[in-house]
Amino acid sequence: MAEASTLVAPDVAERVLARLLAHGGELGELFCEERRSLALVRDDRRLERPQLGSERGACLRIVRDGATFYGYTDSVSEGELLALAASLASAARAGARTPAPLAAPRQRRLHDVAVAPTAVSIADKADLVARVDEAARAQGVAVVQVRAGYAESTRRVAIFNSDGVSACDERTRVRLTCQAVARRDGRTESGVETRGGCAGFELVADATDVGERAAQKALALLDAVDAPTGEMPVVVGNGFGGVLLHEAVGHGLEADAVQKGASVYAGLLGKRVAPPFVTAYDDGALAGAWGSDGCDDEGTATQRTTIIAEGELVGYLYDLVRAREANAAPTGNGRRESYRHPPLPRMTNTYFARGDASPEDLIAGVRRGLYAVSFGGGQVEPATGDFVFGVSEGYLIENGRVTAPVRGATLVGNCLRALAAIDGIADDLEIATGFCGKGGQSVPAGVGQPHVRLRSITVGGTRA
Amino acid sequence: MSGDGHGRASAGAGAAGRRHELAARAAAETALEAAVAAGAEAADAWAERRRSRRVVVWREAVEELGEAVSCGVGVRAFVDGRWGFAYASGFASDELAEAARAAVALARIADRETGAGLPDHCGQAGVPDLADERLLAATSDHCVELARACERAARAQRAVTDVEQVVYQDAWLEVALANSASFAGAFTASSAWMYCTAFAGEVGERMSGFGLDIARAPHGLDPERTGREAGERAALLAGATKPPSRRCAVVFDAFAAAALVAAVGEMLSAEQVERGRSPFADKLGAEVASSSLTIADDATLPDGPASAPFDGEGSPTGRTELIAGGRLLTFVHDVRTARRAGTNTTANALRSSYRTPPVVGVSNLVVAGEQVPFAQLLATLGDGFYITDLSGLHSGVNPVSGTFSVGASGVVVRGGELAEPAREMTVAGSLTDLLRNVQALGDDRRWVPLAGSVSTPSLLVDGITVSGR
Repeated sequence: MAEASTLVAPDVAERVLARLLAHGGELGELFCEERRSLALVRDDRRLERPQLGSERGACLRIVRDGATFYGYTDSVSEGELLALAASLASAARAGARTPAPLAAPRQRRLHDVAVAPTAVSIADKADLVARVDEAARAQGVAVVQVRAGYAESTRRVAIFNSDGVSACDERTRVRLTCQAVARRDGRTESGVETRGGCAGFELVADATDVGERAAQKALALLDAVDAPTGEMPVVVGNGFGGVLLHEAVGHGLEADAVQKGASVYAGLLGKRVAPPFVTAYDDGALAGAWGSDGCDDEGTATQRTTIIAEGELVGYLYDLVRAREANAAPTGNGRRESYRHPPLPRMTNTYFARGDASPEDLIAGVRRGLYAVSFGGGQVEPATGDFVFGVSEGYLIENGRVTAPVRGATLVGNCLRALAAIDGIADDLEIATGFCGKGGQSVPAGVGQPHVRLRSITVGGTRA
Repeated sequence: MSGDGHGRASAGAGAAGRRHELAARAAAETALEAAVAAGAEAADAWAERRRSRRVVVWREAVEELGEAVSCGVGVRAFVDGRWGFAYASGFASDELAEAARAAVALARIADRETGAGLPDHCGQAGVPDLADERLLAATSDHCVELARACERAARAQRAVTDVEQVVYQDAWLEVALANSASFAGAFTASSAWMYCTAFAGEVGERMSGFGLDIARAPHGLDPERTGREAGERAALLAGATKPPSRRCAVVFDAFAAAALVAAVGEMLSAEQVERGRSPFADKLGAEVASSSLTIADDATLPDGPASAPFDGEGSPTGRTELIAGGRLLTFVHDVRTARRAGTNTTANALRSSYRTPPVVGVSNLVVAGEQVPFAQLLATLGDGFYITDLSGLHSGVNPVSGTFSVGASGVVVRGGELAEPAREMTVAGSLTDLLRNVQALGDDRRWVPLAGSVSTPSLLVDGITVSGR
């Protein structure tokens, strides 16, 4: 708790908030941040361009009559903050208001950091990426190129608002990535694997299997056939397969899109949107998960929010402003990329609950279809519900068995139809790491699921 | 673009809006000196100060109004053929010194890199003025008014049922680069852009359309045309259904074409090529495109969003023909890749902000060739699709193999006429084939800053796999 005061002391925050609301407004907020990030990349067997960054700054915000006025500065000095507060206050001019007294600073620790990344030498981190690189190359002579990367960030935030909120959070994230390129008979393919989370260096210290998996994916693709085209059953893999839920459901439940009617899920609260064996959560308080934080970027404690309960749509994802608008409680989903950005309702870790099938059962039930093990990413337009996912590792399913690897497959569909098409969920839940882009801001987001089967979805390949 | 002659003097000449360039210059010098003092054999420092504004309007009310000034410095330090990079926000001299020391420490643990170092020739190209001071004079009320006008224009379209939002953004950027080879350069650039997303059709059947405009100052924007464009594009797709799968020719409109061309641009990076990660790796000098097609990289265009007098390493920018007469003439290079390939840098070391070290990439990518009227493009197509939206490019394009399979919506074309709209489909192929299969270019060239900075007209391309029902 004492740590927050080193970034901005509560009495300074009180003076800034008072200045911010000198000409009125329903909410005044001060968000302060200090971040240090390190990135090491070993490419073509050389550690090149190691990078270290340090940033410190603050974002001030006034909400008045549904409009948000904000500004940021690369400083947390009282003088700069007061000057910015005064300038914003006059931009948002209304009747004066006295902010509520600040509560005692609140901090909640959600994840353990056994080995602080800053306590490990850069040489040891360089050694880790070298081991990942060599582990990838050891998978076969066809592996011709490897790029292995390690990234860490340590971030301290402090948030104060005119409702009396005073929260701080320390966020440590580590992430290991490997891209392997394999070549044989004039054909080139690549595979990517990632491991990361809210944790210390211990999470990745021995994760050379990240290199092995990346290489195996690239090698499998060398024998891949062109993806089939048309509608067919698809079994979606666990872990990063959860990008399906993220795109097909999650974005449409973010309250900004819902309140504007710019989501296909607007007005569907309490309605059946999926079969009764489907339950899904957004959980920013999941210990150690990539998308978790102690509090969100507005100081609201993170929580597990049920979004689909036994097939019924039961929850939207709120930040402070949209919760107020809807007369609902904020769900801890007000997130921002940095102090240079205002908060938006965003997902944290979104996943389907376990079912009771086994992945083998799901595959065995498909005569001809696709097994989409992993995705490069996806995109949705919440307003129309149309989404697309690029399959980075996929296989044909023929007569209930996984056969040839395929390349170039893409899944395309519409949210509500895809949800209704779920006809099986396995019991092997896993959460993976991703980055989610929205409104020009990118934040870490966890995606997860057990194996899930869709009765029918369009696969876009190159084989007509 | 600034028609009043005011502020036409070379960057840093002391015009009112440029006085802070001095602060960026001083910060770059401070960081550079600190890096040399910390033991760097060579170093450079990139300082920038950015004033930015964002306005979001919905139902003609202001949803969001943001104004900020931010600054920071990125330092590169070279030690014995190795290099490290560190950055710090703000211009406080102790923090700049700390970043400089960190860059030197990181360089010491890096591996040696052949060709690494400062350019042999630094300098500033004679580019037209990239900053329009009317941007600084424009009030936020004026920008809100532009956004409102845009929204009204979108809502005035008959088929439009709602507008998601109108976003206006602008930026005034002052950059200074100083290096230990005695180069000190600076420039100022401004940009203003607005976009609008409109919906046509009722919820459940709704489709969206996008309108976009970009200029050096708000005065150069046309809000009515932008709103109308969003509305028209949404209306074009209203009532769309999933089409049957087929292999056919397709017209990609300028937005869609720009996204694909930007992906090609990434594959022309010499860095990707030398690492064996580009489908163009062994194609230098070979015929890679339809003979009528030219693709050039040009950072000196007056209206180019990525224009600048020098690149991220201090090399003077210019125009580089990458593909001409269908042949691949060169890749884009920075100093390192050029030295390793035994050629000259094409001044394509890009820095997206002070927080990133220079990486090889395209600046403004310009697609050229003989252009025909849009109606003629459709007539030549005959039967196929007119594609207006692509999605999922970051996961649907494989930059190593060059294959792509991405989400799409558009309109079925039958007998050279637009017929029924189509959605929930994918278009797939290979980008190397796509360049060869370009049959014709439309006459609707525009800048699309959303997928890199690309200037392209719509493109008629044969041999695309469309997947739907």
